[in-house]
Amino acid sequence: MIHQPENLKYTREHEWLSMDGLTAYVGLTSYAAEQLGDIVHIDLPQPQDEFAKEESFGTVESVKSVSDAYMPVTAKILLINDKLAENPGMINEDPYGDGWIIQIEIKDPAEVENLMSFEQYQTYLSEEH
Amino acid sequence: MSENTVYQKSKKGRMGYSFDTYEVDHMTSTDFLPENLVRKTEARLPELSEFDVVRHYTRLSKKNYSIDTHFYPLGSCTMKYNPRINEETAAQKGFSQTHPMQYQYTVQGNLCLIYELGEALKQITGMDGVSLQPCAGAHGELTGLLMIRACLTDRGNPRKKIITPDSAHGTNPASAAMCGYGIVSIKTGEDGFIDPAEVQRVMNEDCAGIMITNPSTLGIFEKNIKKIADIVHAKGGLVYMDGANLNAVVGQISMADLGVDCLHINLHKTFSTPHGGGGPGAGPVVVNNVLEPYLPVPVISKDKYGRYFADYNREKTIGRMRVFLGNFAILVRAYTYIRELGLDGIKKVSKMAVLNANYIRARLKDHYQLKYDSPSLHEVVFSDATLKGTNVKTIDVAKRIIDYGFHPPTVYFPIIVPGAIMIEPTETESKETIDDFCDAMIKIAAEIKNNPEKIIRAPETTCISRLDEVKAVKEPVLRERF
Amino acid sequence: MRYIPHTPQDIKDMLKTIGLDSVDDLFKSIPSELKLKADLKVPPPLAEVELKQLMAEMAERNINLTEGINFIGAGAYYHYVPSVIAALIQRGEFLTAYTPYQPEVSQGTLQSIFEFQTMMSELTGMEVANASHYDLSTACAEALMMAQRINSKKKALVARSLHPQYREVIKTYFQNQNLNIIEIPFAKNGAIDLDFIYDNLDDDVSAVMVQSPNFFGVVEDMIAVGKKVKEKPALFINVTAESLAYSVLTSPGEAGADIAVGEGMSLGLGPNYGGPYLGIFATQQKYIRSMPGRLVGQTTDKNGERGYVLTFATREQHIRREKATSNICTNQSLCALMCSIYLSLMGPEGLKKLALLNMHRLRRLEELIKIKNSAALTFNAPKFNETVIELTVPAKEAVIHLLKDRIFSGVDLATYYPELDKHLLVCTTEMVSGLDVEVFVEKLARYL
Repeated sequence: MIHQPENLKYTREHEWLSMDGLTAYVGLTSYAAEQLGDIVHIDLPQPQDEFAKEESFGTVESVKSVSDAYMPVTAKILLINDKLAENPGMINEDPYGDGWIIQIEIKDPAEVENLMSFEQYQTYLSEEH
Repeated sequence: MSENTVYQKSKKGRMGYSFDTYEVDHMTSTDFLPENLVRKTEARLPELSEFDVVRHYTRLSKKNYSIDTHFYPLGSCTMKYNPRINEETAAQKGFSQTHPMQYQYTVQGNLCLIYELGEALKQITGMDGVSLQPCAGAHGELTGLLMIRACLTDRGNPRKKIITPDSAHGTNPASAAMCGYGIVSIKTGEDGFIDPAEVQRVMNEDCAGIMITNPSTLGIFEKNIKKIADIVHAKGGLVYMDGANLNAVVGQISMADLGVDCLHINLHKTFSTPHGGGGPGAGPVVVNNVLEPYLPVPVISKDKYGRYFADYNREKTIGRMRVFLGNFAILVRAYTYIRELGLDGIKKVSKMAVLNANYIRARLKDHYQLKYDSPSLHEVVFSDATLKGTNVKTIDVAKRIIDYGFHPPTVYFPIIVPGAIMIEPTETESKETIDDFCDAMIKIAAEIKNNPEKIIRAPETTCISRLDEVKAVKEPVLRERF
Repeated sequence: MRYIPHTPQDIKDMLKTIGLDSVDDLFKSIPSELKLKADLKVPPPLAEVELKQLMAEMAERNINLTEGINFIGAGAYYHYVPSVIAALIQRGEFLTAYTPYQPEVSQGTLQSIFEFQTMMSELTGMEVANASHYDLSTACAEALMMAQRINSKKKALVARSLHPQYREVIKTYFQNQNLNIIEIPFAKNGAIDLDFIYDNLDDDVSAVMVQSPNFFGVVEDMIAVGKKVKEKPALFINVTAESLAYSVLTSPGEAGADIAVGEGMSLGLGPNYGGPYLGIFATQQKYIRSMPGRLVGQTTDKNGERGYVLTFATREQHIRREKATSNICTNQSLCALMCSIYLSLMGPEGLKKLALLNMHRLRRLEELIKIKNSAALTFNAPKFNETVIELTVPAKEAVIHLLKDRIFSGVDLATYYPELDKHLLVCTTEMVSGLDVEVFVEKLARYL
């Protein structure tokens, strides 16, 4: 499963979201993965856990940093990517494919509209840095 | 080249210690204990002759940089010379061979030393009470915060949060969390100072107070500290000062005048006790009269006959912070140092430490960029701005410094300075050493432009090159496998 | 001042480069109203000769253990420290090095810690040991915090026969945390009351903490405790204050401990009036990320050479700040090194023999007490090198009396256990001879 970056929605905290009806996949952007460096560990929630928009749902660790991963929209966790426990480096290697982090059920689709488009995210990146 | 481990050098049947064992030579554990209490698998320990042991550890020691062998400009660490007489006084049998549970009138010398060192630290900081129990700076922070919390609880509300600036050492928020406090982080102002208006904005009846490092981790004196303390006090909070950088101001100011209620002192920084590769240290806490009743027990006091005793009879105490009375052998070293220095020496320490730091700043400021232009005290912090547009990072500069024969400065701290390079020379380094260091830094600044590959490959002069830290986490090997 | 190298000319030249006229100008950033008005009341400087004399006089105001016969233990065990240790740790490359954050110039310290971790892992029988804590009392508190981090439960069962000062430290650390600490009483024979554990161990218990040998010197049946704890979600924390005992007693790993903490001062540190000591902290691999304290790991450099680095740093305060596993920012590196050197000298045989010798002395002491019949042994469970004897007078009086003969006779238990008001905690290490034991029992009997 490869998500096309051009078709995704983005947060200011560098998560991407790929929506299919009320379910969606969430991962970290290639920019975020690059900034973190080699990801060596990830802490993830349990399926069925619920989170508010912008709430931290887990942490991503490189050798010398820990970053929170934030929920793009209010949602319930459906699946977590079990393979990341064994190989968190997948996020670096394939952030839009096998490096996806969670699958969620979106509570309020309207929240998705407030996320950035691919173009907006590119502009955001160039403005931020 | 890597050195074989002590286990690889081991050979069955060797031993490096001799003692008379004839009484138990034909005995075994089960002669004393029932079978079910006895260990089944023997602990594998190395077996070596005494000489093997001496050579192994001597060879290992050669793989270290140390103050004795190299200039160590580590910001915020105060790596000054560790006088040898301190080692000798601490090793005296009269101190080292005393037991912490001895009857107190047989250890009046020890108690006197603890008392007198406490008095000296009170005097040096202008505070009213002291505990020498804390084993390290972070342990001192925890002690201080527990006292603050106990005091506020007595006043009716322990409160929920504590303010720390974004430039704070990581131990500050970690200690606060252990004490049950949440963190309100405030941004350092554009000029590098904490803005009293910002403190005013967040300080309320939910805040227990503020933890403030002064001089700050930027090496800057918080000129508004009194104002900030007044704001915090007006809202019923208390002020904790992280005394990590006391070396810059020792003998120049009194912490009581700053409005500080409590601070810890790192004896392994300002008072010259050795770091030992990461410890043991000591982090005594001094407090004003507001917090004095809450000091950990026991407090070492003097009775009307001039005898010293451990006072447990303190109603409001937070309790004991550790077993026995503290890192006593470290306290002996610090006391020896203070008596060696005396008043004049103490004042000279801060003066020359600040002179050295400002000299480095003056020599390097055209080659590396200061994030904050405010005056420096004991240390100077450069950012990685001059590295922009190259593929060289701060860590590369740090490693390249090793090739010039110096320990790298502190890097990437404080976190508010991008790619920070934090340099603290201390007072014990000579102008010549500092000049050599600055010359090296200037050469590296040129290399960044002309020969970046050289920097990225560094260090090239050490027994080992850069290590794979990702592998260390991904495939953890935390003990030797046999 | 002999530690400061600046000549007047140096100061002048440096000020010129800086662009200031005087050293006082360097402090202009400190508001003048905050500068000291009057001088500190610190005594004047001393020359080396005077300083040495002063410190010698202070030390001589103590009666030290070498001047008498010592039977005090209670968490600070008086064992012989081989000369090699002081000689090696006084090497400046160990003594004056900083925390090994820069691995290329700290391989000596890092490898020595890696070897220490290996030895601690072996002694405790646990999978992983860290680079050490301040001492055992704080390690106990940290172990309980770690257990709560792992299972988020709100109760802990802590043995009343845990060193009383460790219990005080735990109380201090947890005064603002939500943990209900329940003390496990000791049975009539001095060992832990296993029935109490059976009755009180429910699903809300975070950890069970038991010390062996316990504060009275009694060796606990840790396998029995461990088995019971395993039936519930609680973690089993094994505490060892007399680390010499690791060589002969059931190891924490064998007993099924989840966390093992110990006091390493017995292994080459010396009494030093209570510190610095050495907190041993070990656990199983699966709990690494919840573990406090520094860890060293083995890895390779770009040429494939073996080397060592500080690792799993994301647990620590400098990265995770308020979410760190502890505020601890140091270890007791130099003390850990002393311990490693000691164990390298002793080897498995030496350590075991020494443990037997300690038990042998205690057996002699207990036999003599029984024969003399003026004092009584309080507990009849098996012991290591320490025991409790009941006197006919308050123990403090006996302690003071025997001091006249330079006998440090033990610890008066009345302060810690009101019911043991005439009881003395007595320890025998290899530092007392068989004859010393006889003299002690004789003098004690004569006094009672």
